[in-house]
Amino acid sequence: MRTRTWAPYALIAPTLLLMAVFLVYPIASVGWFSLRQHTVTQPWKNGFIGFENFRRMLFEDELFWQSLAFSAKWVAVEVGLQLVLGLVLALIVNETFVGRAMARALVFSPWAVSGVLTTGIWILLYNPSTGIFQQLAQWGIGDPGTSVLGDPATVFPATVVTELWRGVPFFAILLLADLQTIPNDLYEAASVDGAGRWRRFVSVTLPHLRDAIVLSTLLRAVWEFNNVDLIYTLTGGGPANQTTTLPLYVARKAVDSHDFGYGSALTMAGFVILLFFSILYLRVSKFGSRA
Amino acid sequence: MTQTLTRPKTVVPPPPAPPRRRKHRDPSRYFRLHLPLVLYLLFTLIPFYWMLVFALRPAGETSLVPWPITFEHFDTVWNGVGFGLFFQNSLIIGVGTLVVVTVFALMGGYALARFKFRGQRVFLLALLCTQFIPGAMMLIPLFVIFKSAGLLNSLTGLIIADTAFQLPLALILMSGFVRNVPVELEEAAMVDGCTRLRAFFAVTLPQLKPALVAVGSFAFIGAWNNFLFALMFASKQDKFTLPVGLSYALGEFNTDFGALAAGGVVAAVPVVLVFAVVQKFLVQGLSAGAVKG
Repeated sequence: MRTRTWAPYALIAPTLLLMAVFLVYPIASVGWFSLRQHTVTQPWKNGFIGFENFRRMLFEDELFWQSLAFSAKWVAVEVGLQLVLGLVLALIVNETFVGRAMARALVFSPWAVSGVLTTGIWILLYNPSTGIFQQLAQWGIGDPGTSVLGDPATVFPATVVTELWRGVPFFAILLLADLQTIPNDLYEAASVDGAGRWRRFVSVTLPHLRDAIVLSTLLRAVWEFNNVDLIYTLTGGGPANQTTTLPLYVARKAVDSHDFGYGSALTMAGFVILLFFSILYLRVSKFGSRA
Repeated sequence: MTQTLTRPKTVVPPPPAPPRRRKHRDPSRYFRLHLPLVLYLLFTLIPFYWMLVFALRPAGETSLVPWPITFEHFDTVWNGVGFGLFFQNSLIIGVGTLVVVTVFALMGGYALARFKFRGQRVFLLALLCTQFIPGAMMLIPLFVIFKSAGLLNSLTGLIIADTAFQLPLALILMSGFVRNVPVELEEAAMVDGCTRLRAFFAVTLPQLKPALVAVGSFAFIGAWNNFLFALMFASKQDKFTLPVGLSYALGEFNTDFGALAAGGVVAAVPVVLVFAVVQKFLVQGLSAGAVKG
């Protein structure tokens, strides 16, 4: 149905309008704010200051560099583990067994839980007085009074595990969907050729999943980079800013100190990183190559 | 949901029922299937169970089997702390976003799937790029816009913000679903004298029911769970949503875990129920190749 009518434009008009006002314009305005001193609580100081925010960010703000480094570590560890566990989980629930539908619904369910709620649940689990480690200590495993979130040595793994609980189902759902598109004949042909289980996985399953794995990993990396809810509520970026990511730093500038000028400069740094990821993503997904 | 963004793959028809090769006597199945599955189920379910136990047992108890159960914590959070009101706010925002996103996504998805028009690729590219925009980093400019538009501390404002962020992905999803409905059906109806609009409502829309359920549910879950926008744009307590209420509870109830757990259950039940209903669709829809970029 090739037409030259106004109909498609009318149909996408609401979406275009919302995107223009709430996505495009705000991005442009971040650029403007980043060149200003703009603090909601001290409006008399507001004004244009050129690149002062960027100078401060790049040369004086150690927390900026620290938050970048932690962001990189967070994304690498979190996405890597989610991918491996998600793939294993998808392979398991792709098998035929009694109660499979129920098992799927249960293992996927944390996907629907918000970051804040995840924090609530795991704070109950981790709390040193009545949490799971206290319970285990009563049974003779580990020490009583362990506070995994308060101890600088364990706060990172504890946060990673918490986000895994919610994040693994994402990969599992996507990879399961892709697993189901593999024609059974391929496996049968491989079996006839004498391929064992591992061999079939390496030569049939993995190549088929390649695109899905690469693209979901890239997209997930962006989402984990942007993830704020969970860390904000679970550790608040602490102890001693140890778990502060760049977006969390931005959010704290916005929510807590209302320092919009400097926060916008930090945001611009985030945009540069995200731009790199989106170009990579569009290249890999070959967006430009389709007619 | 990334699947939306992968390039189209040849659509393989859903495989016929897998051959029932019963392998009762294959003991390796226990190690490579049942054992890891049980371990993962424990990892998933113990946190949920822990919350439920805290919510249902009287304060001061430490038993892992909450019996006899008490509803005192629910009474505390629902009536005392105001979770009843937060629940209502979240519900209004969730349902509002669901309706607006679904309608706009249906319109735009139909346009993408059924028309070729100038600027289509640019539009699609813009939709894809929104997936990289972090909500957290948009807090500052959006706050300024909301302030000048008088949308702070209003549920309508939150519905608009949630809609703006969810619509692009919903639209991409929906266009995939529309594409899966054979265009010939619609054309036949138009040959029979229907207008395009009538053909759409009579022929295509009924086929899109699962798509509407799936897209609507995602929008609901997303809006129900959104935290930062609600925290930043609705700072008055009578406009709190459940995640915001919970985040304050995390600080204030540091000693009252029963109340925190009860609040968590209140926030969890609706989304987990919605998800239980739609998760099957999700996998089926994605694997049927319903979604192409």
